[in-house]
Amino acid sequence: MSGASTAHSVVEPSATSKRIAAFLVILYAVVTMVPLAWIFATAWKTPPDSISYPPKIVFDPSLEGYCNLFTTRTRQTDEYIESLGPPQGACEEVTRKREMVIAGPSNYIPRFINSLIIAFGSTFLAVSLGVFAAYAFSRFKIPLKDDLLFFILSTRMMPPIAVAIPIYLMYREVGLSDSALGMVLLYTAVNVSLAVWLLKGFIDEIPREYEEAAMIDGYTRLQAFFKVVLPQAATGIAATSIFCLIFAWNEYAFAVLLTSGQAQTAPPFIPTIIGEGGMDWPAVGAGTTLFLIPVVVFTVLLRKHLLRGITFGAVRK
Amino acid sequence: MPDINAVADRVASATPPSVARAIRGLSDCSIAWLFVAPTIVLLLAINIFPLIWTIHLSFTNYASNRPNRPVVNVGLKWYQDILSSPEVWAAMQATAHFVFWTIFFQTLIGFTLAYLVDRKFRGHAFWTTIILIPMMLSPAVVGNFWKFLYQPQIGLFNYIVSFFTGLPPSSFEMLGSVTLAPWAIVIVDTWMWTPYVMLICLAGLRSIPDYIYEAAEVDRASKWRQFWSITLPMALPFIMLAVLFRGIENFKMFDMVMLLTGGGPGSTTELASITLKRQAFEAYRTGYSSAFAIILFVVVFGLANIYVRALNKVKQR
Amino acid sequence: MRKLLASASALAAIVALAPMGEAQAAELTLCWAAWDPANALVEMSKDFEKASGTKMKFEFVPWPNFADRMLNELNSGGKLCDLLIGDSQWIGGSAENGYYVKLNDFFDREGIKMSDFADATVYAYSTWPKGTPNYWALPAMGDANGWFYRKDWFENPNLQAEYKAKYNRDLAPPKTWTELKETAEFFQGRKIDGKTVYGAAIFTERASEGITMGVTSALYPYGFKYENTPGKYDMEGAVNSADAVAGLEMYKEIYKCCTPPGYTDSYMGEGLDAFKSGQVAMMMNWFAFMPGMAKDEKVGTVTGFFVNPGQKVAASTLGGQGISVVANTDNMEGALAYIKWFAQPDVQKKWWSLGGYACHKAVLNDPSFKDSQPFAAQFLEAMGGVQDFWQEPAYASLLQAMQKRMHDYVVADKGTAKEALDGLIQDWTAIFQEEGKI
Repeated sequence: MSGASTAHSVVEPSATSKRIAAFLVILYAVVTMVPLAWIFATAWKTPPDSISYPPKIVFDPSLEGYCNLFTTRTRQTDEYIESLGPPQGACEEVTRKREMVIAGPSNYIPRFINSLIIAFGSTFLAVSLGVFAAYAFSRFKIPLKDDLLFFILSTRMMPPIAVAIPIYLMYREVGLSDSALGMVLLYTAVNVSLAVWLLKGFIDEIPREYEEAAMIDGYTRLQAFFKVVLPQAATGIAATSIFCLIFAWNEYAFAVLLTSGQAQTAPPFIPTIIGEGGMDWPAVGAGTTLFLIPVVVFTVLLRKHLLRGITFGAVRK
Repeated sequence: MPDINAVADRVASATPPSVARAIRGLSDCSIAWLFVAPTIVLLLAINIFPLIWTIHLSFTNYASNRPNRPVVNVGLKWYQDILSSPEVWAAMQATAHFVFWTIFFQTLIGFTLAYLVDRKFRGHAFWTTIILIPMMLSPAVVGNFWKFLYQPQIGLFNYIVSFFTGLPPSSFEMLGSVTLAPWAIVIVDTWMWTPYVMLICLAGLRSIPDYIYEAAEVDRASKWRQFWSITLPMALPFIMLAVLFRGIENFKMFDMVMLLTGGGPGSTTELASITLKRQAFEAYRTGYSSAFAIILFVVVFGLANIYVRALNKVKQR
Repeated sequence: MRKLLASASALAAIVALAPMGEAQAAELTLCWAAWDPANALVEMSKDFEKASGTKMKFEFVPWPNFADRMLNELNSGGKLCDLLIGDSQWIGGSAENGYYVKLNDFFDREGIKMSDFADATVYAYSTWPKGTPNYWALPAMGDANGWFYRKDWFENPNLQAEYKAKYNRDLAPPKTWTELKETAEFFQGRKIDGKTVYGAAIFTERASEGITMGVTSALYPYGFKYENTPGKYDMEGAVNSADAVAGLEMYKEIYKCCTPPGYTDSYMGEGLDAFKSGQVAMMMNWFAFMPGMAKDEKVGTVTGFFVNPGQKVAASTLGGQGISVVANTDNMEGALAYIKWFAQPDVQKKWWSLGGYACHKAVLNDPSFKDSQPFAAQFLEAMGGVQDFWQEPAYASLLQAMQKRMHDYVVADKGTAKEALDGLIQDWTAIFQEEGKI
């Protein structure tokens, strides 16, 4: 093996080992994508196709899944449907074929908007609070610092259901039940502990000399923080944002227990999309697909920072 | 990240002069407190106050759906009930099985993948991103959809297994069989979270400086030897970190399993958090479930504490 | 491509519509489960909107989450629902905690008489404490657990002959659970129209109430009772009587022999899927689904209906709901006006014609009622013998215990039927002790 690698640096893997590695990784990636591909494909099936036996791999694509995701429908008599004008748009067409008419929009869009507000709002708050606290923990002498830090992290160890019991009672008292504000505060609190720990790792790595030089140039401590430290911590902020967002975007337990309508996010909603019998799998597939897009886009945009973020900034070359 | 720079500039310049003057006069100590205080206040309000309330409730017979019932102090009754309840122990065993095997498979596969990706073959960045997608899904949605995939007649999973093994697809029930169901949830969690472990391990592998390998190469140490005496020991703190994170998360596991099996068949996959949810938010035994929440918290806090100590020892080596 | 564009614009139009309809003067939100009858109610409520000028909004929650979501909503003092069509078992808790408005004065004022509604439904859906003239709801939707069967298969001459030879009776809707099991066995694994079919789809769901509703449909006909003396909570010998054990064993035998593969956690939805896709000869399900099934484009014309078979006695598991006013509402007037409107005989008749199970005697006692639908006579028969689960304020705990014990025994194969029922008494006793009732 070492003979083959003479052309490269000694630590560069050989061409053969690269090929084997590529094969295995791609194999894993393909296998792991099968369930996902099935979700995406199901979104384009008709409800009967989605529950056919054996499962249909080849099928005629249909818009019914997406249509059903965005609408509610009621069954009507033939006479009634015939009395209506010609169908407007493809969704009405597929609905009429099932002897139903579109009754109105479904709750998917309001739930999705709630998700956007709550997830991005709480991520922004958690990262903002986190970066200040992390800076303070990194740079200043704070009494009981280690205890405080561990205390902050320990808040993440509680099972969400356990946290939800008193929060439920508290929100009921102060009127935050089923409100976006309540959910933003809660997700911020859960995420801020992660944010502080992640960001402290990054800020620890920024040499103090940078700020000190800036302060000698006449900057105040605060100006130095905003103009010197923040830009340097950009990678850490990006990585932290990804993790906070993935959590807040996908969270289910708090959402299902603490919201019942107005402020409910999409994760509790998607598993409850039912058709005329059991689950409306094409609509569920469609809802899942659309719900995945924002977080994947966000992650892909910031993916360079992901690797450092995941280890609490502990990677030091 | 120039935009973050710009934001920082804007924030700095947008600070009104009078405020700026006031802040300029702030000592480091007051800045430290100014920076830490919001986080601490938030955590006190959303985590600590509720925690204390939970402890208080755990000694009472309070039920959140019975506002008119007099609240009585019951002392340690709930704690005794819980610790002597066979159902709770069964739930703890199910949780232990789940936590152990998910960590085992995720670490094994995750580390292998990281090692392979670290061969830096062409396109490794792209395939890594693909592999990451499952962990960006909402666990609730994942549980819901795998219920569909596991359907013996219409689901993809049994069909694929039957394709490779020749067993008839409807001859086994992943979610309905007492022996298979505990593994069904392990498979889904492993599918979803192996990428996360892979990321952490990858960070670990990338943290090993090249010169160590170069030195080993000079000493003519075999690749096998290099793996066991350099790669693995140096990546070990990262692997342990991954185990810690996954351990805590899966100990708290609720959403995915709740939607996949609902704890069934019977109570085979009823994890601790599911029992807690049933007691707290279906039966509304607030006092009992508060005590259970405290016990769970103590367990996870204690185990994590011991583990972090071990981790620190490994790091110091 | 044009199709795609058209649908995209349709979606966009829906999106644009979504935020509208806010800021109207009088609004009412009605909460119920998401199922066929709810859609019929939406249709019917348009008349109310026209007559009153009130805008109706609806919040329909799928069955598996219905109890969870709605009880959570009540307990957290939410303002989502003005009107709630809640399950019969919630009435104890909701009455004692003041979540529902007591309707007696309103009924007196408006001349709504409970004697106009079928007695069994008033007892089950409206009263707390049980059987007293304290009304917390108006019976809205009568329902019981019944059976659907494939008439075309049952009427197939070859199958009829084979069945007759085997069991020495005609292949017809079973009259007892023993017959039900034999009939299910007869169909199990048979090839019909080139497809393997199965005997029966029954309830086995674990998370909410499914398996309890299914098991009790066997237990009640076998003579199961909750208490020896009603109101005394003396369950020993009633809950675990020899009859009850036999009923539970029967349910498990049917589960073991005659259900489609994978029906280990199935409730209404899964049953409907199995039946509609032609997998099963019989399906246990609520009467509420019969109007929809009768109109189903694929199996509507070949579906028949029968009442839950008896064994020692005729009995059916009660479903159904009453409509209540949520005490927390901001629009009490409007909510009461809706109930007043709903209680009118004409509206009740329309309700039945649209697929809702009206409980008004004006509908049920009408001579043409029995023949108005292929399941109307069965409905009357079933409602004559309905039994309900505990309606105690602690019903959720009681239900949870039963879900666990039954699923453990039937699906997870743990212990014997006697042990399961003994265990259930233990659990229930502990709950009643905690409640201070024993």
